[in-house]
Amino acid sequence: MSNQDKPIDFEKERRKIKSVKKMKDIMTHYYIDAKTAGETGKKVAWITSGGPVEPLIAMDVIPVYPENHGAMIGASKMGVDLCEKAEGMGYSGDLCTYALADIACSPVDGGPIGGLPKPDMLVCCNNICGTVLKWYEVQARYYDVPLFILDTPFCHTEFSAEAQQYVRRQLDEYLVFLETACGRTCDRDRLQEVGRLSMAGQRLWQAVLDTTVNKPAPMSAFDAFFHLALIVTLRGTQTVIDYYTELLAEMQTRVAEGISAVPDEQHRLLWDNLPIWYRTKWLSEKFASHKACLVADTYTSAWCGSLQYMNEDDFLGSMAEGYSRIYLNIGTDQMAAMVLGMIDKYAAEGLVMHSNRSCKPYSLGQYDIARIVQEQRGLPTLIIEANMTDARSFSESQVETRIDAFMEMLKA
Amino acid sequence: MLTVGIDIGSISAKAAVIQDGQLVGSKVMLTGYNAKTAGEKVFADLLAELDLARDAPDRIVATGYGRNSVAFAHKAVTEITCHARGAHFQDPAIRSIIDIGGQDSKAITLNEAGGVRDFAMNDKCAAGTGRFLEVMARALEVDLDGFGALSLKAQNPAAISSLCTVFAESEVISLIAKGARRADIIAGIHESVAARVAAMANRVRVQAPVMMTGGVAHNIGVVKALEAKLGYPVQVSAYAQVNGAIGAACLAAA
Ligand code: SF4
Repeated sequence: MSNQDKPIDFEKERRKIKSVKKMKDIMTHYYIDAKTAGETGKKVAWITSGGPVEPLIAMDVIPVYPENHGAMIGASKMGVDLCEKAEGMGYSGDLCTYALADIACSPVDGGPIGGLPKPDMLVCCNNICGTVLKWYEVQARYYDVPLFILDTPFCHTEFSAEAQQYVRRQLDEYLVFLETACGRTCDRDRLQEVGRLSMAGQRLWQAVLDTTVNKPAPMSAFDAFFHLALIVTLRGTQTVIDYYTELLAEMQTRVAEGISAVPDEQHRLLWDNLPIWYRTKWLSEKFASHKACLVADTYTSAWCGSLQYMNEDDFLGSMAEGYSRIYLNIGTDQMAAMVLGMIDKYAAEGLVMHSNRSCKPYSLGQYDIARIVQEQRGLPTLIIEANMTDARSFSESQVETRIDAFMEMLKA
Repeated sequence: MLTVGIDIGSISAKAAVIQDGQLVGSKVMLTGYNAKTAGEKVFADLLAELDLARDAPDRIVATGYGRNSVAFAHKAVTEITCHARGAHFQDPAIRSIIDIGGQDSKAITLNEAGGVRDFAMNDKCAAGTGRFLEVMARALEVDLDGFGALSLKAQNPAAISSLCTVFAESEVISLIAKGARRADIIAGIHESVAARVAAMANRVRVQAPVMMTGGVAHNIGVVKALEAKLGYPVQVSAYAQVNGAIGAACLAAA
């Protein structure tokens, strides 16, 4: 039977999120712009996912995210091949597979889009992990371009005045670095405006995520994993605001019309850690077969989680705290408090944790968080062992048994 | 009411028949290459042994890794839920189960009704499973059945520090080369399995009374090592290998 002969599943069509197409178009244009930057005279900076992107936008530099690229590599199931290549180059298989895939892509222009556009500079912020330091050093040597490192102290409990001053000074140095690399000065008013747009975008993203407080939820974490790309890559632009405004409206319509992400939603769960990119479809169908919706997650909410520390009227000044107090840069107790807050807000009845071989800072402390959730809310946790990009660490039958058993337990 | 539970594990296929709350028979055979035919065969053979017609069972529940390949079952339930139910059937006082099978190990805590409270399974690794012991038995040229008794003769258990089956095997080979006693090496192997499983069990906070199930429960050396690590006695199920199938048969009746 050819595709055209297939009967249309109207129910499935109704459930599809219509904004997806627009999002794909935006991302395609973004990558075309970045890849043709050489011809248009624009500069390209590679930046870590938690890095301060607003100054780049203000300076008209195109930000490119190797981690977003890593996610695309994972989703297109090219991770194993690239990780093996990196291992062949001498890198340990225990490293973060985003780093491995990126390093392996560079010499061969590999991956789903034929490699990332060459960088003119690199911006690395260690608020997400320590891996990025060595990763960006490797790439700075490879491309022979300047590297700026923003060092954000770990915030076990609080953000001290010394830490504020320390990061604030580096932000000034960051602007000087960009001015030198671009050969022109940074317009502070423009930066303030970009900051305003960035915060507006983050608020909208939070509003989109919050539509899942509704029962049934109009979208799931699997949808959020997809729609996240904009707030990561184009934060600080009007494009993000326009798109999320539209997406929010679509979600509100779905809520009004009772269109749910999972047919006949019966169970609501919270996801922790990065997605398992090469298995999102399988996982989403697996949970849906149990009428379970992953209504929220700690990952996609990380790009609006520190809004409370940001100040629109003093964007540059508040960036220090906002960029330091992100989910991966705080103590386990604070992470647990955020997880508990999300459980309450989204009325989740269980936690699903991806224990991710790749991302140590995210996976460390998960057993403690699971224990705290058990003690304080009496809710169970399912642990899935995998790796976000490298399918060699995923065992379908083991994961399937765990999910099935967990759901049997919840239903009993 | 007559119900059947079929448990297709990675190494062995098991079946149990329960009639009006009584276990009337059970059977274990090798799964082999084809999980589907193994399920059919263990089912047919057991019914034949019990002189039951093929259509005698009212309901059938399949469990284990091959649970979805048993086409004639009415329902598939995971081995976690089935083990809990099986242990509860054998002894309602049981609050925790430690199951060490061919390819995985798990720790399950139970509520009063025999339902699952929490569970943990080993990661994708053979260490701490029956397969690990098989590999070691081969390296030591000892029959696996003699492993338990031999280890009790140990005077000075060897330290096996590696968590990886392949590395542990080379550790064992170098211990043999150094002239370590077999009994001591085997005791060391049991301790390393027990340490791994106990860590997992503590993660879900197992409570006494604990029942041990799975093929490895027949190995007295592992049981003793586990008791030492946990600090309380471990009850070995009389139906260690068929506990999952018994649980499945119980659930079929529910
Ligand atoms: S280790 Fe984790 S935080 Fe760091 S780059 Fe890899 S995935 Fe991102």
